[in-house]
Amino acid sequence: MMSRAKILCLLIGFLVLVAIPPATTALDADFYMGLAARMMIFAIAAVSLDLLLGYGGMVSFGHAAYLGTGSYAVAILAFYGITDGFLQFAVAVGASALVALIIGFICLRTKGVYFIMITLALTQMLYFLGISLEEYGGDDGINTDRSEFFEWFDLGDDTNLYYLILFFLVLSLWISWRLINSRFGMVIRGSQSNDDRMQAIGFPTFRYKLTMFVIAGVICGVAGFLLANLTEFVTPEYMHWFRSGEIMIMVLVGGMGTLFGPVFGAIAYLLFEEVISDFTEHWMIIFGPILVLLVLFARKGVWGMLPGRERGDD
Amino acid sequence: MTDPILKGPILKVQGLNKHFGGVVATDNLDFDVEPGEIHAVIGPNGAGKTTFVAQIAGMIKSDSGSIMFDGGEIAGLSAHARSRRGLARSFQITSIFKEFTVIENVAMSIQAHDGHSFRFWRRANTDPALMDPARALLDRVGLGARAEIVASNLAHGEQRQLEIAMALATGPKLLLLDEPTAGMGPEDSQSMAAFLRDIKGEYSMLLIEHDMDTVFALADRITVLVYGRAIATGTPEEIRGNDEVRAAYLGEEA
Repeated sequence: MMSRAKILCLLIGFLVLVAIPPATTALDADFYMGLAARMMIFAIAAVSLDLLLGYGGMVSFGHAAYLGTGSYAVAILAFYGITDGFLQFAVAVGASALVALIIGFICLRTKGVYFIMITLALTQMLYFLGISLEEYGGDDGINTDRSEFFEWFDLGDDTNLYYLILFFLVLSLWISWRLINSRFGMVIRGSQSNDDRMQAIGFPTFRYKLTMFVIAGVICGVAGFLLANLTEFVTPEYMHWFRSGEIMIMVLVGGMGTLFGPVFGAIAYLLFEEVISDFTEHWMIIFGPILVLLVLFARKGVWGMLPGRERGDD
Repeated sequence: MTDPILKGPILKVQGLNKHFGGVVATDNLDFDVEPGEIHAVIGPNGAGKTTFVAQIAGMIKSDSGSIMFDGGEIAGLSAHARSRRGLARSFQITSIFKEFTVIENVAMSIQAHDGHSFRFWRRANTDPALMDPARALLDRVGLGARAEIVASNLAHGEQRQLEIAMALATGPKLLLLDEPTAGMGPEDSQSMAAFLRDIKGEYSMLLIEHDMDTVFALADRITVLVYGRAIATGTPEEIRGNDEVRAAYLGEEA
């Protein structure tokens, strides 16, 4: 079971997230609602990356690929006048699943540094593909409208979009929690721990890891779908390796191999960027050493510094 | 017990070869294990014993040769496919899931042989279909009281026991035991030997072992491997009396 401190932390965090739209509206500080929405989107991306990084031992340095795929699904369909949210969502999910299947199929045959480099290289290929697609804005990016769902649920309203993002954050955490504790999750975590042994006791681990790779890609693709809606603008920048690195840093800061850590990692990273970049554009100079200290002394990140020690399902 | 002549050997290796560059690890090796038998493989360091086990288990691909197991050719199969046919191995260097509890380690083996694992929703480590047989097996190898401990916190001897328990949990027809007493003190070694004697007859075993007392006490047959070649195969008495074996391996000791 989770420690009291952690449960309290989650409870407060959730209540704060729920309260942000009315609070920011009352205080006339819409900017902060947008910032919180952005944090949640990257939290979803980080949670999905942690499924690979923290539970599967798959160091994917190309997770931005799915962020880009999901957001381009929205923008390209909208470009052709298709603004139906369900269709856009389905295409975002389908396209990121396909991209993850292809990338996973290739790179899961390798290990270690090769795995990292191939995920990076394939994602950079997507980045340059985005740049070369002049019709969809090339490297200037492309403006897009918000997805249309129901008459009574207008995504054009920032508050509605905010709560949709919150819904998907909670959903992705719930799905991840079930996944990592299921039989499927045992195979994934077992192969992170000792892949040779998994094969020796009879697990064809490749197909399970590939499935996890696709699931993580899809969840991140949903984050991309939401990001396109939030920014109403899509650019190849979403797929740049720097973005992949940022998502990875969020996982490391929050706590690799913990369920909720990446959420706090995403919040911490974006908050830090927001606050410190007001003072200096070289905010990384301050953030870098903090990251190094965290990785050296707190292997389970910010989340792991809270009292209470659990395994697996924390 | 079934008549071995009628049933034939559970494992029959013929003409097995493996070279690593210029080094011969397995040299035209013939080998078999009868049902219920313990067939030990001994030999000096570097004789190719572990390579031989890895070839049978499917971790190392052979250059040539046939491996018949339980009536079918398995030489072309992957390690996990061989495991599902009923081959289980233990590792010379302890190979367990260190971050998991002892019982989860065993449950992992049981899960591997309980249908596919594309089951995404139900919690695994409270599933009685996995945990009950895992607990029973832990009781049997004497680790019952340690079930909830994280495996990395076990003593070395206990980790070796867990290693065997994980192999047994796959419900194997043949156990490939690569130095089950490696690194153990005399007391632990003796209890491991006692355990193997206890399960003898229930499982067919290929046993690699350095401790000669254990080998001669347990084995029905012994094959002596030198530079990847079997220089002798026979009962413990025959091996003890074989001059070539003495010269090559047992040396002063025998």
